Amino acid sequence: MSGGRWSAGVIPYAEMGYWRPDYQPKDSDILAAFRITPQQGVPPEEAGAAVAGESSTATWTVVWTDRLTSYENYQAKCYRVEPVPGQEGQFIAYIAYDLDLFEEGSIANLTSSIIGNVFGFKALKALRLEDMRIPTHYVKTFQGPAHGIVMEREYLGKFGRPLLGATVKPKLGLSARNYGRVVYEALRGGLDFTKDDENINSQPFMRWRDRFLYCMEGVNKAQAATGEIKGHYLNVTAGTMEAMYERAEFAKELGSVIVMIDLTIGYTAIQSMANWARANGTILHLHRAGHSTYTRQKNHGVSFRVIAKWMRLAGVDHIHAGTVVGKLEGDPNSVAGFYDTLRLDKVAADPVKGLYFDQEWASLPGTMPVASGGIHAGQMHQLLHYLDEDVVLQFGGGTIGHPMGIAAGAAANRVALEAMIKARNEGRDFLKEGGDILRAAAKHSRELDVALSTWGDITFNYESTDTPDVVETPVSI
Amino acid sequence: MRVTQGTFSYLPDFTDEEITKQIAYALDRDWPCSVEFTDDPHPRNSYWEMWGLPMFDLKDPAGVLLEVNECRKAYPNHYIRLNAYDARYGRQTTALQFIVQRPAEEPGFRLDRTEVSDRRTQYTTHPYALDRPQGDRYPTS
Repeated sequence: MSGGRWSAGVIPYAEMGYWRPDYQPKDSDILAAFRITPQQGVPPEEAGAAVAGESSTATWTVVWTDRLTSYENYQAKCYRVEPVPGQEGQFIAYIAYDLDLFEEGSIANLTSSIIGNVFGFKALKALRLEDMRIPTHYVKTFQGPAHGIVMEREYLGKFGRPLLGATVKPKLGLSARNYGRVVYEALRGGLDFTKDDENINSQPFMRWRDRFLYCMEGVNKAQAATGEIKGHYLNVTAGTMEAMYERAEFAKELGSVIVMIDLTIGYTAIQSMANWARANGTILHLHRAGHSTYTRQKNHGVSFRVIAKWMRLAGVDHIHAGTVVGKLEGDPNSVAGFYDTLRLDKVAADPVKGLYFDQEWASLPGTMPVASGGIHAGQMHQLLHYLDEDVVLQFGGGTIGHPMGIAAGAAANRVALEAMIKARNEGRDFLKEGGDILRAAAKHSRELDVALSTWGDITFNYESTDTPDVVETPVSI
Repeated sequence: MRVTQGTFSYLPDFTDEEITKQIAYALDRDWPCSVEFTDDPHPRNSYWEMWGLPMFDLKDPAGVLLEVNECRKAYPNHYIRLNAYDARYGRQTTALQFIVQRPAEEPGFRLDRTEVSDRRTQYTTHPYALDRPQGDRYPTS
């Protein structure tokens, strides 16, 4: 360092040691890829250095107290800046953080550093956290999914096919008794799970305890009617941690195999509930309520692939991660990246899927992705093609809106799914022949026949907002 | 009623040819197959009786089907299922599991309710077949 480094006043971040193009990241470093849009006249290296500085040790001016520390160790280092193809004024800044900067097993601490202050930084027009590499040294400080995909399948005794679910509709307004009716009908018809929606907590029209009692009556009746394990995601989201524990304890006492929380409860509460779920033998479902406020826009916020990574560390067993073909945002390549991040043990960097880093999970169990929002039986071939087998497919309207009733809607989905798995296993080109496979299956299932004539042609063809940069044009389904 | 455990219970029962195609799919992936039978279809009955060991070295679908049929002969009125197992690191669990034979009559399950305090109910799923002794649970005629 030159003597000028310690002169009082303001000097560029790049000159304070936060821009280190020669730096070789260590295996134990946490790495982050940020999409930066610097203000006019700010060089990208300086902007990258500023992000590194503001997300680690720096403040706006030189402080002599840095010299009381081994500051080079604690400084984050921007080691590479690359222009984004086709996006003028945007760059990807790669930043390495020493492991010492983070508390073990704390998503709250990790995020307070990485996204804590820096997103409001004036020298940047916009900033997006695209991806992170979590070193196995840090991965191993987290519990991870309370059960994980393998244990969930063994617990439920369900193998070789995606699981099926439905969110009870209308999501607001049903009394507890009417609500439980939907649970019973959908489960006895053939679904594995039904689900509270994110905003079903404990409202004047239906208090949580009443809902839990009626839902479990429905679950147990359906279990006896089919001889299969059934579940309803009882949403225990509440205003305080104490209230959530109370509700979760009650769900467990009633014999529910699964409870649910919303992303809005916060990272620490999620980790606490994951610990609770591991200790109490209950699968933990997470609804990603609110995520689109920061994941959807491509130039600012946090990519969902990062949220997926944090939530696998935090320890949820299920997380909503996109459908590709349904009503909600979800470019096929980006969604494939989210699903890989949640399910695989080793994830290779792949620009087509928007994955910036290799990620090793060191045997941390996988989180089951959930596909929910505007999907129906007529899309079964596409869903299986894009999402594969370890996924919960949730058909809310596509079950409850069936003209012959809820149980018929559920049966239609189950027949369509099993027929598609059978065809795939027999080596058929199920994506191409999907329509034929479904129509053939409908010959022995009036429920599926009616579902296909009701929804067969419904699609949601809108261009995605959040697409990987290397793919020139958004993929149309 | 129809017990709907397994991957394909919502489809019409498979012919031997259809079963063979699923076996071929499993063996192509190096998933060894095994056959299990039971007369206790409770959904928490994890351990159906094993019809011999998993066929780790059997690569011929016809050979696996032969074992299915031998088991059918020995237990004509039990539930029989075929399993394919994925021993890959990180997986090490069942990959496919479907029923290849069911009793002619499936009496199903009784739901027993015990009313406890504060409006809570404790539930027990009771297979009607379990009211008869093992081996004599499903009529053979």
